[in-house]
Amino acid sequence: MSQIGSFALLLALVLSAYSFLAGLVALTRKGAGAERLGETARRAGIATFAMVFLAALVLVIAAFQDDFSIAYIFHHSNRDLPGAYKFATLWSGQEGSLLFWSLLLATYGLVLRLRYKTDSRLFAHASVIIAAVQVFFLLLLNFAAHPFAVMQGTLPQDGNGLNPLLQYPEMVIHPPMLYLGYVGFTVPFAFALAALIMRYPGEKWIQITRRWSMVTWGFLTCGVFLGAHWAYSVLGWGGYWGWDPVENASLMPWLTGTAFLHSVMMQEKRGMLKTWNMWLIFATFLLSIFGTFLTRSGVVSSVHAFAQSSIGDWFVGFLAITFAVCLFFYVKNRSHLRSEHKLESLVSRESSFLFNNLLLLVACFTVLWGTLFPVLSEWVQGNKVTVGPPFFNRVNVPVALLLLLLTAVGPLLAWRKTSIESLRRNFLWPALSAIAVGAVLIVVGIRPWKDITYLYSLMTIMLSALVGFTVISEFARGGRVIKGHTGQSLFASMVQLAHRNTRRYGGYIVHFGVIVIMIGFAGAAFNRDKEQEMGYGDKMSLGAYTLVCRSYTQEDKPNYSSEWAIIDVFKGGKQIETLYPERRFYKASQQMATMVANRSTFKEDLYLVYEGLNQDTGRPILKVHLNPLVMWIWVGVWIMIAGTVVALIPNAVAVRVTAPARIQAAPVGAGD
Amino acid sequence: MRNFVQKTAQLTFLIAALFAFVASDQNARFQTLGHKVMCICGCNQVLLECNHVGCTYSDRMRGELASYVDRGDSDDLTLQAFVQKYGPTVLIAPTTTGFNRVAWVMPYLVLVLGLTTVVLIVRSWRTRPQVIAAGGVGRAGNAELEHYREQARKDTEV
Repeated sequence: MSQIGSFALLLALVLSAYSFLAGLVALTRKGAGAERLGETARRAGIATFAMVFLAALVLVIAAFQDDFSIAYIFHHSNRDLPGAYKFATLWSGQEGSLLFWSLLLATYGLVLRLRYKTDSRLFAHASVIIAAVQVFFLLLLNFAAHPFAVMQGTLPQDGNGLNPLLQYPEMVIHPPMLYLGYVGFTVPFAFALAALIMRYPGEKWIQITRRWSMVTWGFLTCGVFLGAHWAYSVLGWGGYWGWDPVENASLMPWLTGTAFLHSVMMQEKRGMLKTWNMWLIFATFLLSIFGTFLTRSGVVSSVHAFAQSSIGDWFVGFLAITFAVCLFFYVKNRSHLRSEHKLESLVSRESSFLFNNLLLLVACFTVLWGTLFPVLSEWVQGNKVTVGPPFFNRVNVPVALLLLLLTAVGPLLAWRKTSIESLRRNFLWPALSAIAVGAVLIVVGIRPWKDITYLYSLMTIMLSALVGFTVISEFARGGRVIKGHTGQSLFASMVQLAHRNTRRYGGYIVHFGVIVIMIGFAGAAFNRDKEQEMGYGDKMSLGAYTLVCRSYTQEDKPNYSSEWAIIDVFKGGKQIETLYPERRFYKASQQMATMVANRSTFKEDLYLVYEGLNQDTGRPILKVHLNPLVMWIWVGVWIMIAGTVVALIPNAVAVRVTAPARIQAAPVGAGD
Repeated sequence: MRNFVQKTAQLTFLIAALFAFVASDQNARFQTLGHKVMCICGCNQVLLECNHVGCTYSDRMRGELASYVDRGDSDDLTLQAFVQKYGPTVLIAPTTTGFNRVAWVMPYLVLVLGLTTVVLIVRSWRTRPQVIAAGGVGRAGNAELEHYREQARKDTEV
């Protein structure tokens, strides 16, 4: 089995190297011979997919067959591991996850190479760049992190098992989502670099990669928040984001990718920010690779980093080469990237995008800086320091508030120039409504003067309300125009409006999802927790809830043994639920893991962690968290995904009946 | 006699209230300081959030923190005691002294530099003449480019 996998990987390397070299030669020559050579390079790229797929399939089959002669399977699986987690073994360790990365890249490459007729020359360039990236990962897999390395000596009867923290349903889908996002940014990167190398005219490469970028960004968004939900459900510390280096690694490309999705509109519509966009997509790709380097090199310590290994040097080399190539072609062809228009006013959509990009990049820099500062400190001072949540929150919370303000104001600004009168007219009611929301919150008990976190929380909710009102007013205004023409209901008109311009209104739905998430974050200022020993019949109160310990019990399963508490939850003297916080002991890995019991409502989460027995008294300890508004975060993510899907739907161009004059009569300049 | 009982009751109440206040203040300090220190068991978690069963560090560290707080040590002294015992990585964020100050200053510096750059870019854009795309690609003369611009307009207008 391992020989088939090893052979497939080696053949994949040969094929991808051929795809790269032959493709490169074909691009530098002309004539029928060069075309034929280019075609063989394209086909070699397609064949690379087949070989990498075969290698991944072999590894999965080996996991299901408990083939512990393969060291990777021995280290990351065991006989009693449930089927879904055996499948997830593919991305559970260093070597397997690199193979999975390579497989996703090969799949993206396959799609790109099958669609080459869209623009064969541009696609050929992009295909060569993707082949180069593929060569790097296949070199790693063949020579530095081989997933089919065999066990030496006596064959073990059982494996070490999968890390208990990874034995959770979300871990079956979180890494693929994240990797689809990370790897996916290779495609717009390849097209951007190809366009720069070719001095490709216009913004066609952006048009071609628009859907790639959005889908990729959508996957990365899902991956980041699935990770947050997993941390919340499994790690048992009551939070969803701890500014861990691995979390930061996923956030950085998301931030630059988000900046790219916004600023790219300036290039499409106004021919501006060409250099900026080029470097944004370069940076996003480099940060994706950098994130992989962070989690695999051991330069920073993290809860869920892979084991320290020498492959960090490979990544440093690859990052340096990639950056050098980007810089070389930028310097060589930078005259191609000059803006075609000038900025006409500071009060314009263009300005709002500039400031939006600035803030997103400052947030990204802060995350990068905070993640790497311990390394820098060790280098300069000789000792590491910890850079934890207080650092990131102090800088990024104000930045996020400013971004929210821009999210509210941006859609109200027209391209080129907006009159202050127009801005005032459109901004007045949403602003007054947001102030009213703030006043109501103060009346109901938020005291912003007592603590800075309360102030931030209040401002977050007020600004989120402001964004929400502007989004609603945008839908309502457009819907009314269509209603005037068609006589449909306002809701049907708004649906038609969104269908007519899915990108713009899908974007608004994404913004709406963002504010729902931000409101969820704002709730963290009011988190409470309590820890107590809970014997049979003992009571504990937190907020409006009273918890009564009914019993404790144990269970033995093939893969793990578990003990859990049975806790009756009362509210207002009435029992509302029974919760079962649990601890598991995984036999193969000899490790403990927490299974949180969570009663989640829109108002708050009642989050129970069974912490185990007190060493001195032998009595069980229960920790209870009362976390307001957490569910809003997960709902917001669904809204963001829905918005992304809407933005991907083609416009209903056939029903473009709206009179332009009517639209121009609308108070705000149109455009997204 | 009645006056004595009344005064004794008042004094008892006052002392009880004082103890309650001090206890509550100490608890608040324990919570605050416990969130400024990391558990050093390798979990990368805040001391008061480390929930590992059998963690050999967090219980001991919590005990030490409680004793410092009970003894009335100042916040600085308490944190310093942790740094001396466990090294600088025990603090959850860099201090604001020496080289560590750079950690806090840099993001703001980048923000200011970024803002300055944006303002300068905007000013230069507003003053310079319009540039035709390099490589001789004029907007009006390139039908394909116009096609994509039109597509972008359709995509982004009502």
